[in-house]
Amino acid sequence: MTEPVVIVGSGQAGLQVGVSLREAGHRGPVTIVGDEPGLPYQRPPLSKAYLLGKTDEAGLLLRREAVLTEAEIDLVASARVAEIRRASQTVLLSDGRELPYAHLILATGARNRVLPVPGADLDGVVMLRSLADARELRGRLAVCRRAVVVGAGFIGLEFAAVASELGLSVHVMEAAGRVMARAVSPEMSAYFLERHTERGVVTSFRAAVTEIVGETGRATGVRTRDGTVVPADLVLVAIGVVPNEEIARDAGLETANGVVVDERLLTSDPNISAIGDCAAHPNPFDEGMVRLESVQNAVDQARTVAARLAGHGQPYRSVPWFWSDQGRDKLQIAGITAGADTRIVRSEEAAGRFMVICFRGGRFVGIETVNWPAEHMTARKLLAAGTALTPAQAAAEGFRLKDHLTAGVMAA
Amino acid sequence: MPAVTYVRPDGASRTIEADEGVSVMQAAVSNGVSGIDADCGGAASCATCHVYVDEAWIERVGQVGDDENDMLDCTASERRPNSRLSCQIEMTSELDGLVVRLPETQS
Repeated sequence: MTEPVVIVGSGQAGLQVGVSLREAGHRGPVTIVGDEPGLPYQRPPLSKAYLLGKTDEAGLLLRREAVLTEAEIDLVASARVAEIRRASQTVLLSDGRELPYAHLILATGARNRVLPVPGADLDGVVMLRSLADARELRGRLAVCRRAVVVGAGFIGLEFAAVASELGLSVHVMEAAGRVMARAVSPEMSAYFLERHTERGVVTSFRAAVTEIVGETGRATGVRTRDGTVVPADLVLVAIGVVPNEEIARDAGLETANGVVVDERLLTSDPNISAIGDCAAHPNPFDEGMVRLESVQNAVDQARTVAARLAGHGQPYRSVPWFWSDQGRDKLQIAGITAGADTRIVRSEEAAGRFMVICFRGGRFVGIETVNWPAEHMTARKLLAAGTALTPAQAAAEGFRLKDHLTAGVMAA
Repeated sequence: MPAVTYVRPDGASRTIEADEGVSVMQAAVSNGVSGIDADCGGAASCATCHVYVDEAWIERVGQVGDDENDMLDCTASERRPNSRLSCQIEMTSELDGLVVRLPETQS
C-alpha cells in the first residue's frame, strides 16, 4: 500500500478511484493525469442544470481542491498520456515527463462520435461532453433561435428539453425508428416521444443527415437524404461516444469496444486495470462483454479496483442503474433493459408515472421507471437479491414490486 | 458562508463553511466529509445522502417533498421523523449553524 498508483483520466471514475484508494488506506503516491484543465467535475448537470443556469462551475466540482491536496492526491491537469511503457512500468506524458507506476488505472472515458458529413465543422455545430463544450453551448443557447439535434439519445433529448424550455424551436433527427433506441424499451420511447412532442419538439425518424449547410462559415441548416433542409442556427451533434482505448491498444492491451478487462476489472497486464466509460467488462446483468456509460458504473468500478488494490478484491457485480432527466420527467433504469424481448407495463396514469418490467429469454433483466423513484429503488434491490420474476407474475393484478421482493427474500 | 456541522455516529463532527445556495449534500461531498455517498449527484434518485436533522433545526429546514418522501422510505438506515435527503436542503444564511447527524450507513 505504499507503491505509486497512476490514474489516467480525471473524470468521475478517475477521481473516485483516487479518493477510494486513500479511504482504503493507500499511502503511496496517487497521481491522476487528466487532459482537461481544472479539477474533476460532474458531467450529468452539463446537459441540464448547468445549461439552464441553475448551477455554476463551482457547483460542478466533484471535490474542492483543498480536499485533494489534503488527501495528497496529485492532479496533473491539461496533460495527455502519450504512451504506456509496460516493460518499465511508466507512463510517458506528452510534455515528456515520465511517471512510474506499480499499478496503472485507465479511466480514459470516451469522446464524442463525429458526424462525418460536409459542414460538420461550421460555426454553430457543437457537441457536448466537456465543461468547455457546455460553456460554449450555454452561450449559444442565449442567442440562438432554432436548434437541430442530431441524435435522439439521452444527451440529445435532455438538450431538447432544455432548449425548448429556453424558448428555442427544436427539431430532433434520429437515424433509428424511435428515441433512445439503443437503451430503452419501445414503450418508454413512445412515452418520451409524446412528452417531447407536447413541449413542441419536432422529431424525424430514420433521418439520415447528409450535410450541414452554411453561409459565411456559419451553420444555417441541416440537410437529410431526402433533400429537405431544416433551418438551424445551432446544431447539436449527439450521436454517441467512442471509448478512448488507443493508448491501451498501442501498448498491446486487448481492446474491443473499449479496454478489455475481466470481472476484477483487470486487463491482461496484472499491473493495469480499466474502469468507467472506457472499460469493456463481463457484467452479470447482461450477456457477453459490455461497456456502460453511467455515473454508477464509473463510481462502482472505481470502488471495486480500489478495494482490490487494498487487498479486498471482489468481482464487479454492482447492479447497473442510470437516470435521465428530460424536462419534468425523471427516467430511471435499474438493470440493463436494452434488448428486452418481453415487457410488462404497469402504470399509475393519474400520478403521471409508469414502469416497464423487462425480460430477455424469459429472464428478468431490469425495470425502467418514469417519475417513480421509490419503485426504481425497489427494482435495484430485486436485482441485487437475484430474486426471480416471471412475466406472468409481473402482469398479475395487484402485483407490487415491494411485496415480490419480500416474498423472494423469504423464499431464500 | 453559513456553517453546517456533520456529526458522525461515533460522535466526531466536522463543520463546513458552505456557499449559500449549495445543498447540505453538496457541501459535504465537495469538502470530502465522509458518510454521505450521494451516488446520483443530488437528483433525489438514490437515497444515499440521508441525514438526521438535529431537533433544534427540524422546523427550519423546510418540508419534505413528495418524491423525497418516497425516497426516504428507501434509506439503508432507519427512517426517523427527522430524516431528510441532504441534497434537498439548501444552505442559506438562515441555516447558519445547522447540525445534521450521519446515519450508520448509506447503502
